[in-house]
Amino acid sequence: MNVMTKSTVTEDGRTIGGVLMAVDNITLRFGGVTAIRGASFDIREGEIRAIIGPNGAGKTSMLNVINGFYHPQEGTITFKGEQRHDMRPHIAATQGIARTFQNVALFKGMSTLDNIMSGRALRMKRNIFWQILYNGPARKEELEHRKYVETIIDFLEIPHIRRTPVGKLPYGLQKRVELGRALAMEPDLLLLDEPMAGMNVEEKEDMSRFIIDINEEFGTTIALIEHDMGVVMDLSDRVVVLDHGDLIADGTPDQVQRNQGVIDAYLGVAHD
Amino acid sequence: MLYRESGQFKTGYAADQAVFPILQDRWGMLVMLAVAFIGVPMIMDDYWANAVFIPFLVYALAALGLNILTGYCGQLSLGTGGFLAVGAYSSYKLMTAFPELDMILVLVGAGASTALVGLLFGLPSLRIKGFYLAVATLAAQFFLIWLFYKVPWFYNYNATGQITVPPREALGFLVTTQNATPIVKYLFVLSVVTVFAIAAKNMVRGRVGRMWMAIRDRDIAAELIGIRPFKTKLMAFTVSSFYIGVAGALIFSVWLGAAESGETFGINESFLVLFMVIVGGLGSILGSFLGAGFIVLMPIGLKNVLVDWFGMSAVFAKHLEITTFGVLIIFFLIVEPHGLARLWQIIKEKLRLWPFPH
Amino acid sequence: MLFFMETVISGLLAGVMYSLVALGFVLIFKASGVFNFAQGVMALFAALTLVGLLSGTTPFTHIDNPAFAMPAWVAIPLTIVVMIVFAILVERFILRHLVNQEQIILFMSMVGLAYVLEGAGDILWGSDVKVIDLGLPQGAWDWLLDGYGLYIEKIELVAAGTAVVLVAFLAVFFQKTRIGRALRAVADDHQAALSVGISLRSIWIIVWSVAGVVALVTGVVWGAKSGIQFSLSLIALKALPVLILGGFESIPGAIVGGLIIGVGEKLAEVYGGEIIVAIFGRWYEIDPGIFSATENWFAYVLALVFLLFRPQGLFGEKIIERV
Repeated sequence: MNVMTKSTVTEDGRTIGGVLMAVDNITLRFGGVTAIRGASFDIREGEIRAIIGPNGAGKTSMLNVINGFYHPQEGTITFKGEQRHDMRPHIAATQGIARTFQNVALFKGMSTLDNIMSGRALRMKRNIFWQILYNGPARKEELEHRKYVETIIDFLEIPHIRRTPVGKLPYGLQKRVELGRALAMEPDLLLLDEPMAGMNVEEKEDMSRFIIDINEEFGTTIALIEHDMGVVMDLSDRVVVLDHGDLIADGTPDQVQRNQGVIDAYLGVAHD
Repeated sequence: MLYRESGQFKTGYAADQAVFPILQDRWGMLVMLAVAFIGVPMIMDDYWANAVFIPFLVYALAALGLNILTGYCGQLSLGTGGFLAVGAYSSYKLMTAFPELDMILVLVGAGASTALVGLLFGLPSLRIKGFYLAVATLAAQFFLIWLFYKVPWFYNYNATGQITVPPREALGFLVTTQNATPIVKYLFVLSVVTVFAIAAKNMVRGRVGRMWMAIRDRDIAAELIGIRPFKTKLMAFTVSSFYIGVAGALIFSVWLGAAESGETFGINESFLVLFMVIVGGLGSILGSFLGAGFIVLMPIGLKNVLVDWFGMSAVFAKHLEITTFGVLIIFFLIVEPHGLARLWQIIKEKLRLWPFPH
Repeated sequence: MLFFMETVISGLLAGVMYSLVALGFVLIFKASGVFNFAQGVMALFAALTLVGLLSGTTPFTHIDNPAFAMPAWVAIPLTIVVMIVFAILVERFILRHLVNQEQIILFMSMVGLAYVLEGAGDILWGSDVKVIDLGLPQGAWDWLLDGYGLYIEKIELVAAGTAVVLVAFLAVFFQKTRIGRALRAVADDHQAALSVGISLRSIWIIVWSVAGVVALVTGVVWGAKSGIQFSLSLIALKALPVLILGGFESIPGAIVGGLIIGVGEKLAEVYGGEIIVAIFGRWYEIDPGIFSATENWFAYVLALVFLLFRPQGLFGEKIIERV
């Protein structure tokens, strides 16, 4: 599993590189409940990887393990060739893992601009004394990052809400701002937790387009959880299927769709 | 008609990031500063200085400090009284140990000591949140007051247990004791508060402010974009305590001239400053000033109305004042929980469109 | 050893009083999520009202008029009625308008309420220290003093007994009655409770009335010990560390927390100085009396240290954060 694979080229001309992250035999328990049971899979550089499964399958828990919010009892995570038992959230962030949330977790009291600017926190270096002076190096730094953030705002087509407090935005736009905040980190691995939940068809199309563009233009590796099977099958290169904490299938969308275990899990065959 | 931004174009991000992007606001601020530094001193006498302007300014500074912690970083603190006391007592120790020290350095020293103490009492924020943390800060309040009352070293072993300010100068001007002129005292405090207000504005509009607000709004999401909650909270505790420490030093040395731990810096003081922050507006620099003005002026106004106009006895008026104060606070929280700063913002929005209804 | 026993027992008895105040907090917090800072002032106000009625004081003038003096069996129910009216007013003029506000706003409105009530108590009944006489027994418990040499005040035992009865009553009220069930439903989930037809407003009024009665008991018992005066309202501050220890939402927590704080405080006051001197006395000259007057902060520090090891409190469940 951890062996680096050679890069391949997809039909649409993108290059999929070696293994960026390998999740090996992860088990996560809360008291007596096992959320994930010995799951192993990998994410390769440049691909769009989907994690699917019925409700309660352990998908969000898996993302939480990957960016260090939960600490698994067993197993290891290898990211960029570095193997560790678990992550710490800020280490995950410094190493280039960004994330959006199932129920939008924006900074409600701040404007769109400030939310996305906060994604640059790790890249801004001027300490508090420069901040107090403001004029000079702190301002220069602020403006440099502002420029980058403005490209993201343009990319996501949200310049009109730049100064709006995000608490006042409709849900679909909030999701977009949250994506912008994650992008501002210039991540190597972008985790999206149900990016299209609660959206109408038009909004879903926009979001799909953004995801594809991010992957193609910025070359960002993406792992996403999504319930809309149509979207998953269109977007992703490879799919992992979880059910009740077990990894029941892993492969291309076509393979997964034909997998009998997956069909059973979704149609609800009795577990014995 | 007058307050309008049409025709004012920004040509770069720098102009867009300015504190007052609108021309009228910039002028308004300049006029305010001119009035504060030139106009007000013309009418200054002992009464105005000691009853209105200096208390307003020092409380505004304390409110700024608390607003950084509670309004921007979202950590509720009820220990303000205790931190004010640290500022007062450390300034006293500095003044008596180093008689030659300029008052400006005394203030910096007092701020730094308070910042250290604040850092210490901020440590529990690693594990606890919300009201639990608020109660932890009450521990600071009671412990510090007890310390300054129990350990004679802090008040130089004098018999009264009080601390009294010695005459000290700032840049060659006498600023403490009765002998200092009210104008000098006022200008000294005003300058200090102005510098600190600008510094606060600069902090909250940049990277540091965004980190604080991120922790306030969603600490988990903040952590996952690489902001370390503990470090960020401790920074807020430290900076906030620095401000409150300087305010405490000013209360003792310039405004009151004497202090006694529990009497001057009791739990009531903590609530008073918290009221200022909430009535003024959580997470607003302007709000800290508006809140301080409101809370400082209201009792004076109430007393004038009740005693002078209605001829009530002073004791009865005092009780009625307490009740009225409570009623007004509740009224305020119900009508505008976001504070005076929000009201001001709404007025500005209206002004922009005036005289057209939409 | 006897002295130690005495210290522990008097600590336990003081602890019962703390529990009593904490109970008022927990009730309101459970039902409405409001951190009722005014609970202490409520105790003061209730006790002042009771004394006023007992001695026939005319409100506003503060003049005692024996002709209007009421017997206890009239005055006590009447005071309870006053507290119920107060509960209705609080719901009508404060809580109703602050639904769904942030916690800090609710908290500050309670501090505001404390100011209102403090001033109102003074305006209505005067601010001098009052003595309450409900015929509660005074002095030491002879049987213990003679038989075992233990000095325990009768009034403290009466207080403890009252607290136990009150807690038992509340437990039955919450577990067995329809209102109790509705109340627990509201505590669990406001919206779910609303959707099954529970009226939030009437629940609030009931809870605040119960808290008012608890405040009355607290005020009378504390007042009988040390007179009814402004300092009575500060017992609210005593209850906060108890709440930290026990958790804001746990009734057993409030009781056990109160006992721990009571005992810990007494032990620190009696032995703390000696311990400090024993440890640091070699290097510094320390007044053994340094630990007198620690009662203001010791409980807080105790609670704080405890919190660092168990952030969810004594009886709280481990918090699992979700995103």
